[in-house]
Amino acid sequence: MSVTAAGAEAVPLGKRIRRFMSDRPLVPLVILLVLLVVALQILRPGIVNERWIANTVKFAIPLAILAGCQTMTMLTGGIDLSVSTVATMAAFIVSTQAVEHGPVIGVALALLPAVLIGLANGIGVGIFRVHPLIMTLGTSLVGIGCLQVYQRTVIATGTKVPAFLSWLGTGVTGGFPNALLLFIPVASLILFVLNRTGFGRLLYAVGDNERAARLSGVVYWKVILALYVGSSLLAGVAGLLYVGLIKAPSLSLADPLLLPSVAAAVVGGTSIFGGRGGYTGTILGALILTVLTTLLTILQMPEGARRILFGLIVLLVTAAYLRIVEDR
Amino acid sequence: MIRLIRRNAWVAGLCVLFILLAVTTKLIQPDYGAGDFGSLMRAVLPYAFAVAAQTVVVIAGGIDLSVAAMMAVTSVTAAAMMNGASESHALFVVPFVLALGLCLGALNGFLIVWTRVPDIVVTLSTLFVFQGVALLILDAPGGGAAEWLKGLVVGTVPIPFLPESVTAWIPKALIVLVICLAVVWIPLRRSQLGLSIYAIGSSELAAFRSGVSVARTKIAAYAIGGLFAAMGGLSLTLSTGIGAPIPGPYLLASVAAVVLGGVALGGGKGGLLGPIIAVIVLRLVRTDLTLLAVDPNATTIIEGLIMVIVVMLGAFLAMRGRTR
Repeated sequence: MSVTAAGAEAVPLGKRIRRFMSDRPLVPLVILLVLLVVALQILRPGIVNERWIANTVKFAIPLAILAGCQTMTMLTGGIDLSVSTVATMAAFIVSTQAVEHGPVIGVALALLPAVLIGLANGIGVGIFRVHPLIMTLGTSLVGIGCLQVYQRTVIATGTKVPAFLSWLGTGVTGGFPNALLLFIPVASLILFVLNRTGFGRLLYAVGDNERAARLSGVVYWKVILALYVGSSLLAGVAGLLYVGLIKAPSLSLADPLLLPSVAAAVVGGTSIFGGRGGYTGTILGALILTVLTTLLTILQMPEGARRILFGLIVLLVTAAYLRIVEDR
Repeated sequence: MIRLIRRNAWVAGLCVLFILLAVTTKLIQPDYGAGDFGSLMRAVLPYAFAVAAQTVVVIAGGIDLSVAAMMAVTSVTAAAMMNGASESHALFVVPFVLALGLCLGALNGFLIVWTRVPDIVVTLSTLFVFQGVALLILDAPGGGAAEWLKGLVVGTVPIPFLPESVTAWIPKALIVLVICLAVVWIPLRRSQLGLSIYAIGSSELAAFRSGVSVARTKIAAYAIGGLFAAMGGLSLTLSTGIGAPIPGPYLLASVAAVVLGGVALGGGKGGLLGPIIAVIVLRLVRTDLTLLAVDPNATTIIEGLIMVIVVMLGAFLAMRGRTR
């Protein structure tokens, strides 16, 4: 375990590999992804084809967007546990309102609660300094309650997933899922914001050392407020996409995505304590988790054993990744 | 006396809140009697143990997302072992399940120390693992519980020198809760281990430099959390008579009550009394809303709002205290 400083000439191969990987933390993730796909191909020869890839990408995209919310909030040392509620609200509202009011107003109505919840989160975390975990749990409880009340008022109208959302969610054009039309701009935006803008720098700065950031003139609450509103909006967009994919709006639509979204960000190398990580790793993390789920389904194990393996693998990957990146 | 109140201002505030709520309950439902209080306490029991489990871990500076899943595992284990077995067999089941909880908790702690992965992530993964284990033990709600164990939480017990009108208000569930918590918590609080748990919670580095074994203390804290979770799982099996492999809403409730109870999420501050009163208050709010015939869906909104507002208020007061 203990890695002592060795001479520059006689560096053993193992350590060279390790050093290479710690310089490029994405390489081990790519290797893991490839290994999982190879394992899948060995277990069920011929499964890895164009259609399967398109399908995997389709299911990974909502997860990747939600994991993007987690990545950005984690960079500041926070976490956003209201994403699944926000996504579900957006999905449910759009599938009840778009029929009557048309898609544009429907989407606007669907994203309104997302903004409100984001504002509440931002005010709570940024101004009142509530722990993000508690604040987002609380707002998500309020959100679920509102949704339940709302559901009873629209019980007569019924739900219908708008055509453009199911086209976006499930459609495939020339081998590429249509969801990429939404995801590529969203992902580029997140990457651009995190890597190339002042706001992105501020997120890293606040997460790395809040006191230092504050002393150098960062207005903490403004950054946090903008962050949580943005995160909620993204979650709402993910919900719109997800309902197009699943096509069955319910009050627990996006709940199964909440813990995997945290896991995807963590597997992708984002530190839950803030200041370290990035979105590229998170996308890979979301892909890895999606392929892993397929793999575990194909093995035809009982549900219990599948969950056990899922948990163990997430833990194992995170632990191994930490060792690789941090042991120098 | 005033110093005592000031030092426990948060707990005192919660007590006042509890009394106010109790009075409100009596006002909106004049028939609210000892029997209703007994059933409230029975409903509180699993929540209270989940909160106790979370409290110990949070004081040690961690957080345990797997509380509800641990309760599910211990609950189904107890239910599966007692199913069709003789009454005396349960005598062995109870210690076994408690030991199981201790081991599961210790496993959490060990993984955190050994892998150096943050608490949230480790307990998130063990949440999946424990859920899976619970599903493997029982794939649908089932099993059974010994009759004498079930009787342990129902009704009241006569206490000498107290008139029946008083003992009626002390349901067995409350006594069981107080005894179980006190047996673990009071010795712990007074021991070196308890002090170490508070120490690593307030500053791991300072604790390490003053010679506290951080790793061992952390594992112990999680193990005690696991023990409380096992009590929660047992109480679930006792009050329903079966074991359910799907974890209930205890994780969210436990985190909420810990914060409402005045335990700082950073660790090192607070006690067990505050969170326990907080969870009773939360349940009582729910009872009141039901009695007021509020739409049960709106109840969720009100609960969430109360949680958010109280937590914001607490954080605001703490902030003002710091700047002064």
